[in-house]
Amino acid sequence: MTPRNFVNKKVKELPPSGIRKFFDLVVNTKGVISLGVGEPDFVTPWHIREACVYSLEKGYTMYTSNYGLLELRQEIAKHFVNKYKLEYNPEGEIVITVGVSEALDIVLRAVLEEGEEVLIPEPSFVSYKPCTTLAGGVPIPIETTVATEFKLTPDMLRNKITPKTKAVLLSYPNNPTGTTYTKAELLELAKVIEQYDLLVLSDEIYADLTYEGSHTCFASLPNMKERTVVFNGFSKAYAMTGWRIGYTLANKEITDAIIKIHQYAIMCAPVMGQMAALEALKNGEEEVKYMVNQYNKRRRLIVSRFNEIGLECHEPNGAFYAFPSVKSTGFTAEEFCEKLLLEEKVAVVPGNAFGVGGDGHIRCTYASSLENITEALKRMEKFVRLHCR
Amino acid sequence: MENLKMDILALLQENSKVDAKQMALLLGKKEKEIVATIKEMEEHKVILKYTTMINWEKTGEEYVTALIDVKVQPQRGVGFDTVAERIYRFPEVKSVYLMSGGYDLSLIIEGKTMKEVALFVAEKLATIENVQSTTTHFVLKKYKEKGVIYEDKEEDRRLVISP
Repeated sequence: MTPRNFVNKKVKELPPSGIRKFFDLVVNTKGVISLGVGEPDFVTPWHIREACVYSLEKGYTMYTSNYGLLELRQEIAKHFVNKYKLEYNPEGEIVITVGVSEALDIVLRAVLEEGEEVLIPEPSFVSYKPCTTLAGGVPIPIETTVATEFKLTPDMLRNKITPKTKAVLLSYPNNPTGTTYTKAELLELAKVIEQYDLLVLSDEIYADLTYEGSHTCFASLPNMKERTVVFNGFSKAYAMTGWRIGYTLANKEITDAIIKIHQYAIMCAPVMGQMAALEALKNGEEEVKYMVNQYNKRRRLIVSRFNEIGLECHEPNGAFYAFPSVKSTGFTAEEFCEKLLLEEKVAVVPGNAFGVGGDGHIRCTYASSLENITEALKRMEKFVRLHCR
Repeated sequence: MENLKMDILALLQENSKVDAKQMALLLGKKEKEIVATIKEMEEHKVILKYTTMINWEKTGEEYVTALIDVKVQPQRGVGFDTVAERIYRFPEVKSVYLMSGGYDLSLIIEGKTMKEVALFVAEKLATIENVQSTTTHFVLKKYKEKGVIYEDKEEDRRLVISP
């Protein structure tokens, strides 16, 4: 007898990642220069790796507290006081997770009732919508466009709020658009959020990669701390993507809920990564500065060159992505990416993989060596000249 | 020193092939300003030379590097400077440093063979007036120089596309 279909209906109906499809195409092409990578081109600074090796030699191979190593939580608490004058209790308001990805999943599960709506400004990171769906929520995308430099405005937010709205999922600096917000802009959003009594899920993983001005943590705004879950981690700023260490900052009530899921699903984040993260926070600031400085130079180069070759590009103020428009070529984002890959062997990611508002744009990582960026731009210039109408 | 100068120097130290146009884009400045600043630094000998790092071993050419500790009798009025100058004028001598600690001058010498270097030390260096003693250490293998790892095994291992 053929077995019945065992797959959950909700999962079956989840659309596959738009990136995955493109990935398959790219891996089968040889000699590709990739600006399609969502992680730093630096490897983790040596002192951080070395600290992990040392911890292994010392026998740190056990479970940690469900919340994560207390010393690491204490360092994170200190970091937030220094950086944003924000106080979180390391015992009860901070959870170390397996990257922000896990954090996002368990927080959504911890707060959402079946059918509650989560507002998600798009383009944005690919897991927000599916994770919301899997948690029983209903993702409501809010389209942002280049007209507002992909920023969410109070009106856009207000227009999508219904009695079922529970939360807003903000991410800034944004992947893929590089958009950041000023404090004044965030204050305007905060007003609406307070008026409608919403929860803010604030993914600030790229916070340290802000180029002009400084990053404002959403929880540092007046009256927002109690209604905000802050997500952050070590992947981007410290070039520690593969270590999978992130964390949440939230009030005790929400943290108590998060930890319940985390303890049953994950137990704790791997201790090796936590030991490395501890070293990163204690002694990693100089490297972060160095890497930010490098990204910033490449950012200036890539944005000016895109505008020069006719791919209009707004100034991305954070993360390490440029998000130029390809409308001048008459191609859709997907057509552009496929043709560019085939003809010039440069891989970039179609903007529509990141949701509404992304079509007509491509995401290009400048976390790549100067030689690679320069060569990729040369090839793209040739490509655009050939196809521009 | 002003920020722009430091930024330019950092770029050139990393890659002396980077041109003014590219520097202007990277630093968000005008190309003219970059060209003028570089010229100024060349005139003031802040920038001494544009050069290339080479892994000579891969050329198949025999090459020997030695580090030499030199003890020197300092001279009244000029200290070590006169002796240092007599030493650094030899083209075989690639670097000369005045050191704290157990000896006075540290030299890096390059030659075609060990014998050539040893002869240079015995005949030219040790015989200089006020040079009291020399200790020669031959380099057996170069792992890293001027921040560059010779055989770096760390390559880009990232997936070509990731979210």
